[in-house]
Amino acid sequence: MKLNDIAEIVDGHIIVNSTGGSPDIVSVCSTDLMSDVLRFATKGALLVTALNQSQVIRTAEISDIPAVLMVMGKKMEREMIELAMEKNIALMVTHLPAFTVCGMLYAGGLRSCLED
Amino acid sequence: MKIKDSIEGCFQLMGGDFTNAGTASSELKSILSKLGVSQEVVRRAAIAAFEAEMNVIIHAVAGTMHYVVSSEEVRITLTDMGPGIQDIELAMQEGYSTAPDWVREMGWGAGMGLPNIKKNADRFKIDSVMGEGTTLEIVIYTRKD
Ligand SMILES: Nc1ncnc2c1ncn2[C@@H]1O[C@H](COP(=O)(O)OP(=O)(O)OP(=O)(O)O)[C@@H](O)[C@H]1O
Ligand SMILES: [Mg+2]
Repeated sequence: MKLNDIAEIVDGHIIVNSTGGSPDIVSVCSTDLMSDVLRFATKGALLVTALNQSQVIRTAEISDIPAVLMVMGKKMEREMIELAMEKNIALMVTHLPAFTVCGMLYAGGLRSCLED
Repeated sequence: MKIKDSIEGCFQLMGGDFTNAGTASSELKSILSKLGVSQEVVRRAAIAAFEAEMNVIIHAVAGTMHYVVSSEEVRITLTDMGPGIQDIELAMQEGYSTAPDWVREMGWGAGMGLPNIKKNADRFKIDSVMGEGTTLEIVIYTRKD
């Protein structure tokens, strides 16, 4: 699924677009624990999180996660946004909570990265 | 793989430095990719290195990450000055963590780091001296035999 489609489903805004075309999102990983991302996330997953820290971008980069969706309209520091640009990780934000976002994405056809 | 002789390097790590936390592992990841190491090995090495780097940032005072890449293996050695690990067997258990609340608020401290390193490594060794520091040796084979 492309980022634009995801943004539409979750009423989100794309803050950082990846260069070189929108990544194809194959699954979803929803957590605020970075070690869980490193342990369970699979390549090409979308990370849904409420954690607004640069560590999220670092973790995404290490785990081959192409895009991060920030829920609950959490404000992100400039440092985090700049890091996402530098590492070419797409960044989206929605005002909706993780529970609702995951339900919508599930209904839209995406599945957990653990079901890959 | 383009490696004839082995290639090595070293990064400095500062305890508590969350701003730069992860840069060593990120750089190691790109070095390994450029060397033509297989994607799967790059990912495993990067994840293990990142968890180990974060442990130095979170739990220790300062340290180094040294890597050697040969046609056979990626070897990552982390040495830190810090409190040391009293009970390594306990620390290796999933969910065991002594991380304070502020670390948890940053997304760490689930007690999954060391088990995660073990899962991604082909060989993994911890040596620790209380009050002095900890050394981790992580080896990942680059060849599928
Ligand atoms: N380099 C280190 N120096 C001192 N203690 C350490 C070091 N690495 C790990 N430990 C100890 O071992 C425990 C378990 O480490 P582990 O990496 O599994 O979990 P964590 O770092 O607490 O949480 P997570 O890795 O999930 O963010 C730590 O909480 C800490 O007490
Ligand atoms: Mg850890």
